[in-house]
Amino acid sequence: MSEQFVSRKFQGRRASAETQHRLPPGQHAVTDFPVLSAGLTPQVTQNDWRLTIEGLVQEPITWRWEEFLQLPRQEFVVDIHCVTSWSKFDTRWRGVSIDTLLEQVTLDPRARYVTAYSYGGYTTNLPVAELINGQAFVACEYDGKPLPREHGGLARLVVPHLYFWKSAKWLRGLRFMESDQRGFWESLGYHNHGDPWKDERYSSDY
Amino acid sequence: MKQSIQWQIAEVKAIKQETLTVKTFTLTIPVWVQHRAGQHYDVRLTAPDGYQAQRSYSIASEPERTGEIDLTVERLDDGEVSPYLHDVLVPGDQIELRGPLGGYFVWDTTLGGPLLLIAGGSGIVPLMAMVRHRVAQRSDIPTRLLYSVRTPEDVIYAKELSGLSEQHTRLDVIYTFTRQAPPNWRGYARRIDEMMLREVLQSLESKPRIYICGPTALVEVAANTLAGIGIDAESIRTERFGPTGGR
Amino acid sequence: MSELDESMDMNTQMMLDGNALAGKLQTIFGVEMTATSSICAQCGGTSMMGELRAFTQSPGIVLRCPACESVMLRLVQTPQATLLDARGVMYLKIPAY
Repeated sequence: MSEQFVSRKFQGRRASAETQHRLPPGQHAVTDFPVLSAGLTPQVTQNDWRLTIEGLVQEPITWRWEEFLQLPRQEFVVDIHCVTSWSKFDTRWRGVSIDTLLEQVTLDPRARYVTAYSYGGYTTNLPVAELINGQAFVACEYDGKPLPREHGGLARLVVPHLYFWKSAKWLRGLRFMESDQRGFWESLGYHNHGDPWKDERYSSDY
Repeated sequence: MKQSIQWQIAEVKAIKQETLTVKTFTLTIPVWVQHRAGQHYDVRLTAPDGYQAQRSYSIASEPERTGEIDLTVERLDDGEVSPYLHDVLVPGDQIELRGPLGGYFVWDTTLGGPLLLIAGGSGIVPLMAMVRHRVAQRSDIPTRLLYSVRTPEDVIYAKELSGLSEQHTRLDVIYTFTRQAPPNWRGYARRIDEMMLREVLQSLESKPRIYICGPTALVEVAANTLAGIGIDAESIRTERFGPTGGR
Repeated sequence: MSELDESMDMNTQMMLDGNALAGKLQTIFGVEMTATSSICAQCGGTSMMGELRAFTQSPGIVLRCPACESVMLRLVQTPQATLLDARGVMYLKIPAY
């Protein structure tokens, strides 16, 4: 096996000293906000938009857009980490905490996992324990403006402590379940949990 | 083509500045395989720490030119590979690549015509390989090139194209300038639209083979518009280059 | 050109097609694949792989049917392997070369 050819004077990406400690392994910091998607941008109107919490809950609940806007909103400033290796610091969002949403439902004690599903068909999964207690929110504003469609607007899930593929864009609902169901990327090679600080990018099951 | 495509190290033979943001790199390839017009090579850069970046670039040169290829590359400010090619590479440097690749977006004279080539910006590159191949084969297949660019300074291969269209009666080049036309310009000065496509199709004898290449937005509009005016989808081949470079 | 770009969102603008996957597909299948016909499992439509709409910016590559947009192929490159999900393809018609 011959040695890999190295391109003269090609540096790739370098992290500056100040930001090193905020970068999980294998990441580099960016200042723009890359657009990544598995498909075309869904064009759901405010009129047609619904957000549903269902599955192992005593009674499912659905919010229309105007109703969702009535819910108490907070500002969240978080670092985000994409498995494709970019990280963005201090991203500023406004949205509704998952804890606020869950005040409106009674979770069945068997509900240990969640599947987040989106307009356009995307899905991702996580344990309920990682969704609650201030760890996740549904964002409708980014950087002081309504969340752009290409970044998941009208509303998206944000779970900053996990790789950003878990932060489902164009969120349509959360389904609470007893058993874990691997989502779009988790079912094709990506790590089921996805902790950037543990470099949990790929599944070892494959 | 049953072919095991391997990465190999090519050498930069020459670099030509085509426009302010576009360069053509002539590369000598150790294991040169004759390509077909429309094909591309994948170019890969590797940093000392193992980090790799890879992009595809269309072959600009005709298959008849053996042993070496031309890759014409537009420098994208936020690109990963094109700034390296433009800013660092000098003749004598080595570059890792594999190819030739592609079997769908290809044309050669045996496929016949007439030929309608629609290019947006750097989308001209694979279509230029088709034009150069046609010329090298001394073919007189009626060929019309509709080339959409922002300004006259953005036209790649300007002199060659004007020379070719002068020399060859059945080869026309039609420009449309979307931001600024040359002084006293009486041709098209707008984005490709239905009326323009109808006019361009008008004097082409029979059902042309159509190749569209350029930024995704342009390809989508051109292909959808052609389908909308009843052009058979089977006669259209497309290659999308992603977003336009520069603003 | 720039006005057109603004009306098509960045997601659409960044969309490519199967041509961009020519190298990867040829490495996996051992033959040139962009001129191979693929039949969509969802709508039954036939497209050449070079025409499939490619989303290459996500954690993996997604190839979608140009007619109905459903996912035909998914490709993920892990350090150990290439994972290919082709459930969205009814079949491929690979020419005898």
